[in-house]
Amino acid sequence: MSESPDESSKWEITLTVNGKRVTVQAYAMERLLDVVRNDLGLKGTKEGCGEGECGSCSVLMDGVLVNSCLIPVLQAKDSTIITIEGVQADGRAPVVQQAFLEYGGAQCGICTPGMILAACHLLQKKPQPTIEEIREGLSGNLCRCTGYLQIIEAVKEAARRGAAT
Amino acid sequence: MIGVKDERIVGTAVPRLEGREKITGQARYVDDMVLPGMLYGATVRSRIPRGKIKKITFGPEINWQEFVIVSAKDIPGKNCVALIEDDQPCLADEFINHPEEPILLLAHEDRHLLPKAVEAVSVEYHPLSAIFTMEESESRSEIIWGANNTFKTILIDKGDVQGVWEKAHYIVEGEYRTGAQEQLYIENNGMIAAFEPQQGLTVWGSLQCPYYVHKALMELCGLPPGRVRVVQMETGGAFGGKEEYPSMIAAHAALLALKSGRPVKIIYDRMEDMAATTKRHPSRTRHRTAVSKDGKILGGTIEFTIDGGAYATLSSVVLSRGAIHAGGPYYWPNVRINAKAVATNAPPHGAFRGFGAPQSIFALERHMDRIAQVVELSPIEIRRRNFLKPGQTTTTGQAVSEPIDLGRLLDRALELSNYSAKKDEFARQNQNGNCKRGIGIASFLHGAGFTGAGERYLSSVVEVEACEDGGVRVLVSSAEFGQGTKTILCQIAAEALGLRYEDVRFAQPDTQEVPNSGPTVASRTAMVVGKLVQSAAIGIRQTLRASGLLGESYSAEEFRIACRKYVAAHGKLRSLARYEQPEDIVWNEEKYRGSAYAAFSWAVYIAAVTVDLTTYSVSVDDFVALQEVGRVLHPVLAKGQIIGGVAQAIGFALYERVVWDNGRMQNAQMTNYIMPTSADLPPIRVYFEEMGNVHGAFGAKGIGELPMDGPAPAIVSAVGDALRTFFNSIPLLPEDIFDAIAGKGENAEHAGSARGNP
Ligand code: FES
Ligand code: FES
Repeated sequence: MSESPDESSKWEITLTVNGKRVTVQAYAMERLLDVVRNDLGLKGTKEGCGEGECGSCSVLMDGVLVNSCLIPVLQAKDSTIITIEGVQADGRAPVVQQAFLEYGGAQCGICTPGMILAACHLLQKKPQPTIEEIREGLSGNLCRCTGYLQIIEAVKEAARRGAAT
Repeated sequence: MIGVKDERIVGTAVPRLEGREKITGQARYVDDMVLPGMLYGATVRSRIPRGKIKKITFGPEINWQEFVIVSAKDIPGKNCVALIEDDQPCLADEFINHPEEPILLLAHEDRHLLPKAVEAVSVEYHPLSAIFTMEESESRSEIIWGANNTFKTILIDKGDVQGVWEKAHYIVEGEYRTGAQEQLYIENNGMIAAFEPQQGLTVWGSLQCPYYVHKALMELCGLPPGRVRVVQMETGGAFGGKEEYPSMIAAHAALLALKSGRPVKIIYDRMEDMAATTKRHPSRTRHRTAVSKDGKILGGTIEFTIDGGAYATLSSVVLSRGAIHAGGPYYWPNVRINAKAVATNAPPHGAFRGFGAPQSIFALERHMDRIAQVVELSPIEIRRRNFLKPGQTTTTGQAVSEPIDLGRLLDRALELSNYSAKKDEFARQNQNGNCKRGIGIASFLHGAGFTGAGERYLSSVVEVEACEDGGVRVLVSSAEFGQGTKTILCQIAAEALGLRYEDVRFAQPDTQEVPNSGPTVASRTAMVVGKLVQSAAIGIRQTLRASGLLGESYSAEEFRIACRKYVAAHGKLRSLARYEQPEDIVWNEEKYRGSAYAAFSWAVYIAAVTVDLTTYSVSVDDFVALQEVGRVLHPVLAKGQIIGGVAQAIGFALYERVVWDNGRMQNAQMTNYIMPTSADLPPIRVYFEEMGNVHGAFGAKGIGELPMDGPAPAIVSAVGDALRTFFNSIPLLPEDIFDAIAGKGENAEHAGSARGNP
């Protein structure tokens, strides 16, 4: 790879991604999103805007939902990252995913990985959220296809089925 | 109801065919694909709206040796994006006609180097004066396109409009406007192209219409059909926004691939996608209507004008759908509709869910409210008195052949929304306090399939294949981009053959493999393509029976065995079905008379809103969407289409404003072009009536675009009801409401003037 025009040298950065410790060579200001997608080949994390507005690049970083397009990879050094590819390890994810499937939570699917991570994160904090809490909890993740209601129903149903336990 | 009573698969909520890949992050979109040796491409675009290119210089700070550079001179075939007219260049050679017009292409293996390189190219221009509004275009102070700045005019003339004015008890006039709207699919546009001397050119991309791209690439590269291959990747939303522009991006990627001999990927970032690609056409509609004493429409004139931007692209067809829908679901004994699409120096406007109908229906529905006020009838009563009835004719003279009862649809919507109780309650509550509540209605229709003779020209073909393993495969160029194309077409094939849903697969749309089932647009997939899949599937069964491998009745297992045996003995079994226009569909393109659509979907939507007079913000509190769309093939997907469409239309009405500066979108970011979030939307209550339709598979009609048409007028009507002010344009943002109330807005100017005949 050629040199980045504004950062002269690459750093060696170690982080734990989906339970595996990995070390990447990356420019300090490179976006976590690009490292995850290009260096680690985890293509389930999507770019919708690159400006922190849409949430399709959502990953869990040390248990917190973040927009990976806004995180310089240096900041993710030594952190624990979970992407959509690793979310199954979390017991609540398959229940959430199944509910998305049944309730029409995914249409074009581009927002879906981020939306599922956001839903899992919400249910971890609030096992039995109200509709209002779901609406608020997912409001950082934009979806242009569904109008959200079937996503909200899916999350509600996942909670009912005990995704949080 | 039409259709088989004992349907097992159609009408049930089978799992979305590609759902599992989507929920696990395994679905592959174009940006997820990487080819060995691939370069990344970027586009140098014009900074000015109109002018002549004088000189292009390449800044010294870049090592240009490392870059592949393509200009118009490198185009092997014709420098145009072939569609309807060949007026739009793929790369500007001499003249610039809008901001963001592509001029040069660059490619490099490190995508991080591209933005700087694009910056380092400077283009000098001789600027020419540009025009930005429909009025400037009409005044012809500058001629920027053709002889008179007009892409297309349409005249629909029914009865004798001249004669109605003197019979009128009231004459009601009004002017209504709608703004540009960005499709805002969450996956930006993108393409990969590769050229291999043996195979020819292949592109993979995010797109709706594989064969549109195919045609454009053939003309651009001067290649025969067999040497161009277009593959649709999983597509992250489209809404019309990936109907025509992908041909441009594919062309760019192809030119870079041809020149470099390496695969090239072009992925737009959000800002480029918003600023450079198509949006919904802005519109202006003028109504003048003659109304009888008891509120019946006697006739009227409708002038419908849309801003097409700098090139013709699809404007003529958008105009056509808009013009045909301008009379709505009402009976016009006499009407003259003058429609035109005009040129301005903005990037071309294009396809967006609804395709002209949301614009003309917004105007008409506001105007119906206006008429109601003048005649002193309720918005409900004015609609009821003018609804089309079976046997009556639409504005194009098409007799309503479906047994639709709009009065009953209206009653049901009123009941579901608790309309009259709310109306009283709001009137009481609004006497005090800073929050005003209101309720509004829209009734409308949407034609399914291509307009007029369009389906006959398309002459779509689908194939169904019996496979070696005994399964069945559907082969179409109809694309999945969220609507559920794959799922419903597989349901139809399974139902037609008496198989299980799991026995049917869907071939990836790839022009090398699938026939041309037409573009994935115009709410045509369920009705037109679905019907063809049904016939092709039946063809498979007939062949198996004729060859003695299948009995009169059979189990799924017996069918599998028969397929396997057939393929082993005779090779591939594919059954083809081609569209044939039903005889009762006759259309005169010259006169704009006849059957504009094989079927219409019908709807009544009711919105309840609260306007907060401290912030001037509007919240939609309740939304009832009641529609008749024929047979609902999949209840969850159908409901998802309606909710998603209503949500987009709420954005169209209340949130989404494109801010223009000399033809360029100023707010080309998600931070300042605001679409609704999950916190903004009301409960959207969706109800279906099913009437059936002879033209579609198992009675299905169109569904995808309908929900885009009605919400904006219903919501604006509700806001007007809350504030006792008449609004005539969208988007209607808090600042517009503030201005209207402060008495300085144009939006609430007394939209209509009315005259009562003595
Ligand atoms: S891509 Fe990161 S928030 Fe949109
Ligand atoms: S499903 Fe398409 S953006 Fe959410």
